[in-house]
Amino acid sequence: MRIDPAIVRRIARLARLSIADGDLARVAGELTRVLDLADQLADAPLAGVEPMAHPQALALSWRDDAVTASDDAGTLLALAPEARGGLYLVPKVIE
Amino acid sequence: MRAESIAQLAQALRARRISSAELTQQSLAAAHVHSHLNALITLDETGALAAAKRADAALTQAASSALTGIPFVHKDIFCTNGIRTTCASRMLENFVPPYDAHVVGQLNDALAVSIGKANMDEFAMGSSNENSFFGPVKNPWDTARVPGGSSGGSAAAVAAGIVTFATGTDTGGSIRQPAAFCGITGLKPTYGRVSRFGMIAYASSLDCGGVLARSAADCAQVLAAIAGHDARDATSVDRPVDDCVAALSTSLKGIRIGVAREYFGAGVEDGVAAATQAALRELEKLGATLIDISLPNAALAIPAYYVIAPAEASSNLSRYDGVRYGHRCAGPKSLEDLYTRSRSEGFGSEVQRRILVGTYALSAGYYDAYYLRAQRARRVIANDFTEAFASVDLIAGPTAPTVAFKLGEKSGDPLAMYSADVNTVAVNLAGLPAISLPAGFVPNESDNGLPVGLQLIAPAFAEARLLNAAHQLQLATDWHTRTPPP
Amino acid sequence: MTDSHPWQAVIGLEIHAQLSTTSKLFSDASTAYGADPNTQISAVDVALPGTLPVPNRAARDKAIRFGLAIGAQIARKSIFARKNYFYPDLSKGYQISQYELPIVGSGKLVVRTDDGRTLEVEIQRAHLEEDAGKSLHDVFHAATGIDFNRAGVPLLEIVSAPVLHSAQDAVAYMRTVHTLVRWLGICDGNMQEGSFRCDANVSVRPLGETKLGTRTEIKNVNSFRFVEKAIEYEIERQIRALENGERLVQETRLYDAAHHHTRPMRSKEDADDYRYFPDPDLPPLMVTDTDIATIRAGLPELPQARRQRYLETLGLSDADAAQLCADKATADYFEAVLTALPGQAKLCANWVLGELAAALNAGGLAIESSRVSAVAFAHLLRRVHDATISGKIAKDVFAAMWTGEGDADAIIETRGLTQISDVGALAAAVDAVLVEFPVQLADYRGGNEKLLQFFVGQIMKRTRGQANPQQLNTLLREKLHS
Repeated sequence: MRIDPAIVRRIARLARLSIADGDLARVAGELTRVLDLADQLADAPLAGVEPMAHPQALALSWRDDAVTASDDAGTLLALAPEARGGLYLVPKVIE
Repeated sequence: MRAESIAQLAQALRARRISSAELTQQSLAAAHVHSHLNALITLDETGALAAAKRADAALTQAASSALTGIPFVHKDIFCTNGIRTTCASRMLENFVPPYDAHVVGQLNDALAVSIGKANMDEFAMGSSNENSFFGPVKNPWDTARVPGGSSGGSAAAVAAGIVTFATGTDTGGSIRQPAAFCGITGLKPTYGRVSRFGMIAYASSLDCGGVLARSAADCAQVLAAIAGHDARDATSVDRPVDDCVAALSTSLKGIRIGVAREYFGAGVEDGVAAATQAALRELEKLGATLIDISLPNAALAIPAYYVIAPAEASSNLSRYDGVRYGHRCAGPKSLEDLYTRSRSEGFGSEVQRRILVGTYALSAGYYDAYYLRAQRARRVIANDFTEAFASVDLIAGPTAPTVAFKLGEKSGDPLAMYSADVNTVAVNLAGLPAISLPAGFVPNESDNGLPVGLQLIAPAFAEARLLNAAHQLQLATDWHTRTPPP
Repeated sequence: MTDSHPWQAVIGLEIHAQLSTTSKLFSDASTAYGADPNTQISAVDVALPGTLPVPNRAARDKAIRFGLAIGAQIARKSIFARKNYFYPDLSKGYQISQYELPIVGSGKLVVRTDDGRTLEVEIQRAHLEEDAGKSLHDVFHAATGIDFNRAGVPLLEIVSAPVLHSAQDAVAYMRTVHTLVRWLGICDGNMQEGSFRCDANVSVRPLGETKLGTRTEIKNVNSFRFVEKAIEYEIERQIRALENGERLVQETRLYDAAHHHTRPMRSKEDADDYRYFPDPDLPPLMVTDTDIATIRAGLPELPQARRQRYLETLGLSDADAAQLCADKATADYFEAVLTALPGQAKLCANWVLGELAAALNAGGLAIESSRVSAVAFAHLLRRVHDATISGKIAKDVFAAMWTGEGDADAIIETRGLTQISDVGALAAAVDAVLVEFPVQLADYRGGNEKLLQFFVGQIMKRTRGQANPQQLNTLLREKLHS
């Protein structure tokens, strides 16, 4: 799969990473090589094989509905680079 | 440096021949002596000495476990309450978690003494430990070489004798390959055997906490402390933990070991192949039957892994956005600016590369061709193991195709780096337990030689069988007792 | 074209019902509404590194309860998937939802419209997902504040097929779902608090066309009235645009209640590639036949069935049956009254929907907190039924009961309100009145029958309203005509 700079720009935007214009071609080249590796699967006879998302046949285990939260909200908020009045802050968003 | 096993140290501690405080002092001193290896990101002297004091108190009251008072390090991917946990990333350079990972809590409960946090590849992405924001780790056997990755700091710290054991994580070989490169023993348990709670995620369906130590017997002791069900991880398996320590002494007579042809394929250095074969012959002498087997889809493992792991990682790492914790860029002009600059400044290049690959593999129009196809490949890879284990008890091969390579040798070429995982990633895709143990040396320019790792793979939850075979081999050989030059 | 052709609106609703659990869907933090910002959060809710989701069984069971109530297939294996996008109130950078395999498959709901039609609305699916936090744009001048209290609260997203054709029908459907989720006890339905809200997908097409037109999605409308207005506005806007030859764009729009219009939502402009994939932290969600049987056994009689029973077995009117079944507490209260006073369904219904409803309404009370219990209420109605008191007097007695003066009998007793049914006493009162008003008597007998009410009034006055009306009527006519 050939990745061109336009695709890199679109993916970087989805992933919220900034790539300088000067680096687009280099990154495109690197991604192309990694995806060429992935393309080795294209010829494998995998039709009809059920995809495997989890190792082993695990079934989900459940929690009972109870409030046991021991985390201290103040401690969590104190980790924030910017918070005020009990709120986490980001630059103004227009919906 | 001390060469005793955990069992020997535990005995010495109980007999008061040595105190945990003394052991810990020695460990801290060794950390300073070997600081050039860059094996540790954080050294917690105060915390370690306090823990040692508690351990010594418990030892007088006989309220101790096999690990009480024994110094070790955590890979800096395990969250430690009140102690900075960086994942070797600028993103978490100053992150101090308010909770302990399950593994951390278990070892605290056992009163083992953590002296600090081990260096690693950023977010566990790498096979050489060159992808750390805190700089590369050096291999104690040859400081011009890499220790392997991503648990390179853990492996180097054990190999250099700074600590008796270290925790690690293994997503595609990140415990086994550095164990092989550093001449120690590394155990990756079955997926779900060790809780992932508090273990910073790279690829959630592959990540597995485990241990690096000098012997299989030591690994068994640590596994006993960290394995078991934890309700805080929905993928943690609720099933009794086998007594791996008790199983160590079982004879290997009649055990069938499948030697996987594909694990000796192109790319495997002659010296590595020869050392592995020699180790296998030792197992044969112990009563094992070697059976030539094939894992026909082994070649699909690397392509599948390098789609699945980045796909999961791209999503797992979305939480690092500069809002609630972690690196936040200075003076963001808008929300988009906050996101893109915080993330681009906070993540190193390999992490960014994998995020991009994973984002692409999941994006509209490519999901089927990449992500789903990789998951199908994963199934046939796992089926290969199931079929093989119908006629053998363990599967063997070299852990890595080469011995430790030189710093900088592959860092410019991601694909060359990825090939270092060729024999290890399939195990993660299938969720199986595996161990890497020293299997001889390949000569190099210095006269120490460089260690080779033998990988043994077992069916799910057969850690006891795995550790038993490794231990029996270690009783009969002395590769694991060799230490790097001081 | 000279005449503008007729258009057909096509509407599908995505209703988000907050499942009434104590703790969140994937963390053990509280779901209680109204706490100070960021005080009901756990490390999981703010996505601290290494934290993992652990699902809440009660949320699953409530989702299954809904599925069984709409006759849907419950998936024996369903999958939690990640929906990836960046937004400040989404802490993980993805929302845990269900995509390819939802827990509840397709079912249907019978909806009665206000004008008496019956619609059978197909529900395509219902799935479990977590709510996001809340972005507060107006607290700070140059910043948006984020509150994660709501992050991780369990939601059931109920997706209808695009089968509704007017804003009114859409609201009727939404009300039916609202009744059902409260009836099942899986959602408190509180729309002010955001426990029940909906996104509306709206498109228009020329009548007769089978292909769907370009649709827009109106986000997060949280009152029935606003849903109706937003859809009406959007239908008109689309028709106007198409008639002006404009092309519509598929987009997400926000309803602005203050200005009564919808506008494109900037923050959703590029959110079209969500990169859904199975959440590797959460293995498949398995449901066994036993799970389903247990939950089915605990299902109440459903509103539709109950209404049918009131119509057919109890002989109530369509309107009364519908009103009683508007919520389960009302229907249950009615049945408790009826159990204590068997056979008097009509009387009970009239009083529950009349006096009781008015008193509750005036006091702003839910029926669960009625000041008069169903048993006490039934006792009052028994006194009406056995003619101890008249309906008129009963209203006074009820008012006294409401203010806590005691039970019906005690009030009747202390106030001496017992109806005069004694023929002798009543006859004496009638005689006395006829003697007192000879002119009117002669006039009546001369053919002015309207004067009957005059005599009734006078007798009631004399008996302080305690005369049994039926008896009085019979007796009075007898005497007047004798």
